[in-house]
Amino acid sequence: MSPRSLTWHRVILWTVLILFAIWFLTPLYVMIVTSLKDMDQIRGGSLLSLPTSLNFGSWNKAWDQACTGTDCGGLKPYFMNSVYMVVPAVAISTTIGCINGYVLSKWRFRGSEVMFAMLLFGVFMPMQVVLLPMSQVLGYFGIASSIVGLIVMHVLAGIPSTTLFFRNYYVGLPDELIKAAMLDGAGFWRILWRVVLPLSTPILVVTLIWQFTNIWNDFLYGVVFSGADSKPITVGLNNLANTTSSVKEYNVDMAAALIAALPTLFVYVVAGKYFVRGLTAGAVKG
Amino acid sequence: MSRSKVPSASWLPKLVVAPSFLLSFFFIYGLIAWNGYLSLSASHMLPNYDFVGFSNYADLFDNDRFHVALKNMLIFGVLFIGGAMALGLLLAILLDQKIRAEGVLRTVYLYPMAISFIVTGTAWKWILNPGLGIEHLVQSWGFPNFQFDWLVDDQHAIYCVVIAGIWQASGFVMALFLAGLRGIDDSIIKAAQIDGASLPRIYWRIVVPSLRPVFFSTLMVVSHLSIKSFDLVIALTSGGPGYSTDLPATFMYAMSFSRGQVAMGAASATIMLCMVAAIVVPYLYSELRTKK
Repeated sequence: MSPRSLTWHRVILWTVLILFAIWFLTPLYVMIVTSLKDMDQIRGGSLLSLPTSLNFGSWNKAWDQACTGTDCGGLKPYFMNSVYMVVPAVAISTTIGCINGYVLSKWRFRGSEVMFAMLLFGVFMPMQVVLLPMSQVLGYFGIASSIVGLIVMHVLAGIPSTTLFFRNYYVGLPDELIKAAMLDGAGFWRILWRVVLPLSTPILVVTLIWQFTNIWNDFLYGVVFSGADSKPITVGLNNLANTTSSVKEYNVDMAAALIAALPTLFVYVVAGKYFVRGLTAGAVKG
Repeated sequence: MSRSKVPSASWLPKLVVAPSFLLSFFFIYGLIAWNGYLSLSASHMLPNYDFVGFSNYADLFDNDRFHVALKNMLIFGVLFIGGAMALGLLLAILLDQKIRAEGVLRTVYLYPMAISFIVTGTAWKWILNPGLGIEHLVQSWGFPNFQFDWLVDDQHAIYCVVIAGIWQASGFVMALFLAGLRGIDDSIIKAAQIDGASLPRIYWRIVVPSLRPVFFSTLMVVSHLSIKSFDLVIALTSGGPGYSTDLPATFMYAMSFSRGQVAMGAASATIMLCMVAAIVVPYLYSELRTKK
């Protein structure tokens, strides 16, 4: 290729790449500028126009005054519910996945591969198929409509993927490490604690981020299994944005949507590499 | 591994995983069977375990709303899967051209995947609303007759779900394809270049065919995502106008939790399970078999 046609290629390439970047960023831009306008500016300006004056009132309102149905406490209680739900659910599902993965890779027994394959179906199955029976089960144990019930649901739904992540990572650790530790007299737990866990930082980060993002963003279990005072942030946001009783305040809706998105966006910006690894690990079994 | 050295070796690992495996298998297969039984029962407002056979499935397939949900599933499935796959592949190929700012662009293309479908739906609902959204914007650019009211038009609202869905998922497809492209041996491409093959030809003849395995796993992931789509529809259209944007997942939710048609909800969940299983089981089978 001649240098001139090469330059042309690069120009076209960059134009296309930047146009796509704009397409992906526009909704975020629209959310941010809309959340900073007051309603007069929204009616007077256009979707893309910058706010004429910065106005954080809608952020305040979305946080602790906006109405969802009859109750006007903003998103704050929902946000806190999500925090109380996410922390234990992520910790428990990750711990179980780590131990399962350790056994399925380093302490295989007869039938363990079949059990792994059977567990994998849980990564893909449509959860609609367990909703109705699960609400009976949660009711039977007296944890329906509670944060504890949501935690149980998220742990059960998360075990297949956390097990998959750890198992596939531990398969790559050399068996000799385990054998050497055994010769030194270390047992099952000691090997996990002293040999395997110190080597697990990358997969631990991937799994924690994956579970955090999924559980924070979940809507299905939140809307089905929560009660009046245990609704997570996604349900709060949806109720707020779909409240039709009063005048539609798009600025408050957008501020609320940004508040709901901030924790996972923050994690993504800080540790995007690990998030992408989780995405690809969930899709392509290695 | 020599077991004599560690006396606990034979039973301890099994004992350790037993509780979580038993719970998981109950959760997956036990509840699937339970749901299957509910779909054959006389349940209405509450589960009721009187057996009525397949009549709920007959009712389901006579139900106009379920027909709408299936038709939407087809429209949404084809356009969403096709759109996200095509766009994702294009972006991956473009990003693979030794772009200096690749990291930044990749972060931008992929960030929608980190946010909730409820956030995406809320944002696109505002952008696509006919009053002050895109319609208003283009009119203010000097096209006063421009109309874009798909979101509130029951014939076109499903395409709004497609647009928002592609926006959210195509970066994910790009990441999967990019990982696949990085796995291709550079020397084959170099050899083809030396032979004088043009870049599009190299991609069409060498690179894209060698992406076959990645293509199938991506197709599998995106298809099962499309069958499970629920949050996006709820946030963007709530299934409306009317029930014109219902998908099987929103149909299941409406029947089970607001319409008091538990048995029909269970039956539609079983249909969803069959759709996902038809895609996933052959895939898992081939993945696990080739690994041995």
